[in-house]
Amino acid sequence: MENKYAIEANALSIYYGSFMAVNNVDMLIEAQKITAIIGPSGCGKSTLLRAFNRMNDFVPGCHVTGELLMQGKNLYSKDIDPVEVRRKIGMVFQKPNPFPKSIYENIAWGARINGFKGNMDELVEQSLLGAALWDEVKDKLQDSAYALSGGQQQRLCIARTIAIQPEIILMDEPASALDPISTLRIEELMQELKKNYTIIIVTHNMQQAARVSDYTAMMMLDKEGSRSGTVIEFSETKRIFTNPKDKRTEDYVTGRFG
Amino acid sequence: MNLKSAEARKFRQFDLKKKFRISESIIQASLFFAGILSIFITIAIVYELGKEAMLFFNDPDVTLGKFLGTTKWQPGIGQYGIWALVSATLVTSFIAMVISLPLGLASAIYLSEYASSKARSILKPVLEILAGIPTVVYGYFALLFVTPILKSIFGDQIQVYNMLSAGLVMGIMILPLISSMSEDALSAVPRSLREAAYAMGATKVETSLQVVLPAALSGIGAALIVGISRAVGETMIVAVAAGSGPNFTFDPFKAAETMTGHIARISGGDLSYNSIDYTSLFAIAMMLFLLTLVLNLISQQIVNRFRERYE
Repeated sequence: MENKYAIEANALSIYYGSFMAVNNVDMLIEAQKITAIIGPSGCGKSTLLRAFNRMNDFVPGCHVTGELLMQGKNLYSKDIDPVEVRRKIGMVFQKPNPFPKSIYENIAWGARINGFKGNMDELVEQSLLGAALWDEVKDKLQDSAYALSGGQQQRLCIARTIAIQPEIILMDEPASALDPISTLRIEELMQELKKNYTIIIVTHNMQQAARVSDYTAMMMLDKEGSRSGTVIEFSETKRIFTNPKDKRTEDYVTGRFG
Repeated sequence: MNLKSAEARKFRQFDLKKKFRISESIIQASLFFAGILSIFITIAIVYELGKEAMLFFNDPDVTLGKFLGTTKWQPGIGQYGIWALVSATLVTSFIAMVISLPLGLASAIYLSEYASSKARSILKPVLEILAGIPTVVYGYFALLFVTPILKSIFGDQIQVYNMLSAGLVMGIMILPLISSMSEDALSAVPRSLREAAYAMGATKVETSLQVVLPAALSGIGAALIVGISRAVGETMIVAVAAGSGPNFTFDPFKAAETMTGHIARISGGDLSYNSIDYTSLFAIAMMLFLLTLVLNLISQQIVNRFRERYE
């Protein structure tokens, strides 16, 4: 039976050395929905997001306690291969970061290293169609990815992520470096993508969270004077923005914070 | 702001008239001078080389056909085949690059992608020490340490003075240069590219070799070019260990004299200005200069063909 939840965090805490960056997060992330993580700067949103696909492994001294479960397996248990985790949980970054290769090769590379044996031309076309980029680039697939605009580059990054067919796509402020029109296109694309993928997005832009997401997690430093962030409220986006339980959430989403 | 003092009020006043700033002009002029100096020196060297080399080629006995078309070099008895010297330069440089390029690149990739900061803090200074050893020491290291080892492996096939030993040790000498320049190029590749690769399920090897390395290729190409220039121009090691006496051969077990080694040996002897031996040295130097230039151009082309440009 298909699991209702794509991934779940149980008492997940994230440390840089002895410093606790994220404190005791419990989250059930529903499959094929968009979950937004909002909150002020420095509260650990990106740290939490990067814990989901073990990108924090590259930060020396970073370690976690608690559990992160995907299909019943703890992604942090010793017998889990982080390379396989990242294949199943793709990531789109804040600043578009295509490879300095051709548009075609940007997509083909990830598929090839992950052992794709099928028709590569077809995969490239389907991935670009899926990222709503095909019509703009179909005549220049051999051009460098750096010849594209920022918004196109970001959609190329989404295309190469879906080319390896992940279950979950993490997006770390994917539109914050883009103009409003490119942002709109990414947001529309996300609505298409959620038919097949679970999306978790970190955003500074509360309107964006309200527009695109089904669920919203509000993160904040857990108490005055502390530097550890935690999820203070997590529920349906509608509820977070209209009828939040926590006073701090209400202050933040209505702009009365600080 | 509400500053009261007279100085503060004066500070607020402005004058849009163009000012002459003497320090700016001095700095600009001295920077320009530094820039032009290297060009001037290069031109002076080429001029001096060309002038003396012309004297050599103006000798009625010397023809360009003989110079480039024969393989014996003994100007004193009318033999002017430059290939006797070029062959040794090519063989020793080739051996040196075969050693230093892969090893240097591998150590650069290790240092930039794999090494912990502790391992790096030990390895980098050691490599820098290797780069600081005088080349004459390397020369005797080749002759007295490497050659006996080669002798024990290959026996009598290998001569006491041989190009293999000189080339190998020259490769060791160039290794830190290639390694350090390549590591700079690899480290300069933005972290975001590595993250992009890892986030797609790439392993460390795939990321290092297929994403970081191609992106750093232009810097690695610069290392290759500097390395080749060092190898072709290196004198002491080959003068000590490769042999003295021009010998047209591509057999690395044989003794032969490179262009630089020959220049060093002959110019150390008793030479009368105007003799054919004297002017021939400039012809060799001119050839050396052209050879380096050609090799640099070829490397540049290879790098441009394969590099991947980020930003």
